[in-house]
Amino acid sequence: MTASLKETGLGLRSLTISVAFAIVGATGAMAQDNADPSAVIRIGSLYEPQNLDNTAGAGQGINEAFNGNVYEGLFQLTDDGDVVEKLVSGFEMSEDGLTYTFTLQPDVTFHSGDPLTAADVKHSIERVTAETSQSSRKRSLANIESVEAKDDSTVVVTLKERSISLPYNLTYVWIVNDAAEDLTSSEDGTGPYKLDNWRRGSSITLSPYENYWGEKPKNGGVTFSYFKEATALNNALLTGAVDIITSVQSPDSLIQFQDNPSFVVTDGQSTTKEVLAYNDRVAPFDNVKVRKAVARAIDRERLLNSIWGDYGTLIGSFVPPTDPWYVDLTDVDPYDPESAKALLAEAGYADGFTFTLDTPNYDPHPIVAQFLQNELAKVGITVEINIITANEWYTKIYQAQDFQATLQEHVNHRDIVFYGNPDFYWGYNNPEVVELIASAEASGSEAERDEKLTQANRIIAEDAASGWLYLYPQIVVSTASVSGYPVNGLNSQFFAYDIVKQAQ
Amino acid sequence: MVLFILLRLLPGDPANALISVGADEAQIAAARRQVGSDLPLGQQFVQFITSLARFDLGTSFVSRTPVLPEIMDRLAVTLPLTVLSFLLALVIAVPLGILSAVKADRWYGAAISVISQLGIAIPVFWVGILLVTLFAVNLRLFPSGGFPPRGWDTPVEALRTLFLPILTIAIVMSASLLRYVRSATQDVLGSDYLRTARALGAGFSEALVRHGIRNGAVPVMSILGIELATALLGAVVVERVFNLPGLGSMLLLAIEQRDFPNIQGVLFISTLLVLLIGFLADLGQRLVDPRLRESRGARS
Repeated sequence: MTASLKETGLGLRSLTISVAFAIVGATGAMAQDNADPSAVIRIGSLYEPQNLDNTAGAGQGINEAFNGNVYEGLFQLTDDGDVVEKLVSGFEMSEDGLTYTFTLQPDVTFHSGDPLTAADVKHSIERVTAETSQSSRKRSLANIESVEAKDDSTVVVTLKERSISLPYNLTYVWIVNDAAEDLTSSEDGTGPYKLDNWRRGSSITLSPYENYWGEKPKNGGVTFSYFKEATALNNALLTGAVDIITSVQSPDSLIQFQDNPSFVVTDGQSTTKEVLAYNDRVAPFDNVKVRKAVARAIDRERLLNSIWGDYGTLIGSFVPPTDPWYVDLTDVDPYDPESAKALLAEAGYADGFTFTLDTPNYDPHPIVAQFLQNELAKVGITVEINIITANEWYTKIYQAQDFQATLQEHVNHRDIVFYGNPDFYWGYNNPEVVELIASAEASGSEAERDEKLTQANRIIAEDAASGWLYLYPQIVVSTASVSGYPVNGLNSQFFAYDIVKQAQ
Repeated sequence: MVLFILLRLLPGDPANALISVGADEAQIAAARRQVGSDLPLGQQFVQFITSLARFDLGTSFVSRTPVLPEIMDRLAVTLPLTVLSFLLALVIAVPLGILSAVKADRWYGAAISVISQLGIAIPVFWVGILLVTLFAVNLRLFPSGGFPPRGWDTPVEALRTLFLPILTIAIVMSASLLRYVRSATQDVLGSDYLRTARALGAGFSEALVRHGIRNGAVPVMSILGIELATALLGAVVVERVFNLPGLGSMLLLAIEQRDFPNIQGVLFISTLLVLLIGFLADLGQRLVDPRLRESRGARS
């Protein structure tokens, strides 16, 4: 049983990767034909930003539209997951790892015409660490002691402790003009595109910035069109109103694109995890045996298949295969209802128990909840499904931590760190893991960090800290006439500058 | 007041729209301070009332931009949508309604009546989906939804995208309008003045056009006002199906996000519009019916 499940997991994954490569190769080959450099690329998305400032709670949509397109960081997280220099031309780290000296690229200007200086960088970093900042990465930059502008093109960052991920964390920091006044409804970045127009509830239009310091975009501009419903989005692609869909969320709709030569379906690497999060503080989920029993009572392979068909990946912990600290842990608690019953008996729940599952009201959570209800009934556990809105989720679960178990999709890249925070909503507290995750950040080398995080990864899996149901697929669909778009969408980014469209 | 309390009774917190998984306590506190949900309810209410008294609709919690300009942007979609659908519905319903009343004994008179009865029963979103499938996905004659980024600066594009939504509302609206026109016409047909007019030598059509329409228009006119107001509020569904950035979708999103200033703003403006429509309908009735004008003159 154990072996076969593991095999299936591997099989699925390698299939995913090979499909992705095959298609990237194919679209790459088409690109040279007769690309139209003035074509405007029309991108369809479900994620309209709430405002235009990623430190003001704009949501993931702003990363999609603006990261790398309108704003740039000192470093960039590429679609393959590499961290590369962007607005820095080079940097030095002191012996003790506490001081970083960054040299800025010359001749960079903001869209308003102002030149990029070290003062802008200082301002931009401090915007993210400021008290009112809603940046999702504020916590990871809390380690910064000070930022100094040594001269116009040199920035010195001093840390409280060593931080091996500083360049990575800086990929989340937009460099903005320190003279810009309104960043929630306008922009002033250094990227290859400038904001042309934002029609709320409908679209964002970007046009090439003529004085861009780097390589010019390969197209004549981009329009992001926003949709509330997957069906409307699919119709837009079918009717040629958009060229690309950034992320397909309804598996049923794929059929109409898969066998049609006018469209290309790409299956990339995702970081979105469907998580059954227990409240590890309260009974019965404070008991490791109960958590392991629940994990073993759920046929995750069948769950994934019933939702996504052949897409998606099984995971044995919170870490997706793209993270350097990934190890295959799908066989730690494989599907095995008999041993689940035995574990429940050992834990003192031979007759099962009843718990409430707080379920967000949007896909796929309600379907997943019903599936879990059926599976767990077979081992004597009764699940009471309580449907809540996304907004309530933050109040009841995330802040008040008033729940037994919940479902949530965790989208962030490299977010194993949540298990190192005992105050996090799921209340997992293993001092060994806390220590491993904290010391990993202070590692002298990436190899050391990866080793520590791998170890932490193994422990959370052994503890069944949460139920990791599956990894979402990352599916991009486009018409056959466009190519050069990102397929993985790490951190929700969607770099538009390399997209080309064939002249009709 | 009622609105204010009802909104606060919803579970959840407007600050939640601003935070994401990973936010720490300081960030949550900052978000609550930003939207004012950390203040006692009484204080929130005083703030709400004072700004409303100044006609200041405030600033959205979520987009951090003033509410009124966004409402204006979205009215630029919703107003043309409802007004044009209304006009189209009139064009369909009035002649067909009169025809089905006058020719009630012919097969097509009865057919129109039956079809309109069916039309009343069909939900708007279903008509919308049907039209999208037929005209957009299969025939590729019109876009399946959305609104051009440049809006009315590109009027042809804007009208093209609005065509199917307008048709959708018009079909559903004309079905019920037709019933009113039909019954008003039937009343007119049985009236004494029409018989008198015919007795005085007027032909049937002439009598109907000269005397009938005016009289029949009065009851229909009051229904029109209600229909138009309903269409304005009912645009929510159609905007969703066609992915239009109108007032309805703004309201829906604001409710999801507990964005109180936006909810209050939209409801305030739509109330004003409904009152305005009521007033116009009243005015229209007076114009076609001199008796209404005279009765007021007589009293004063």
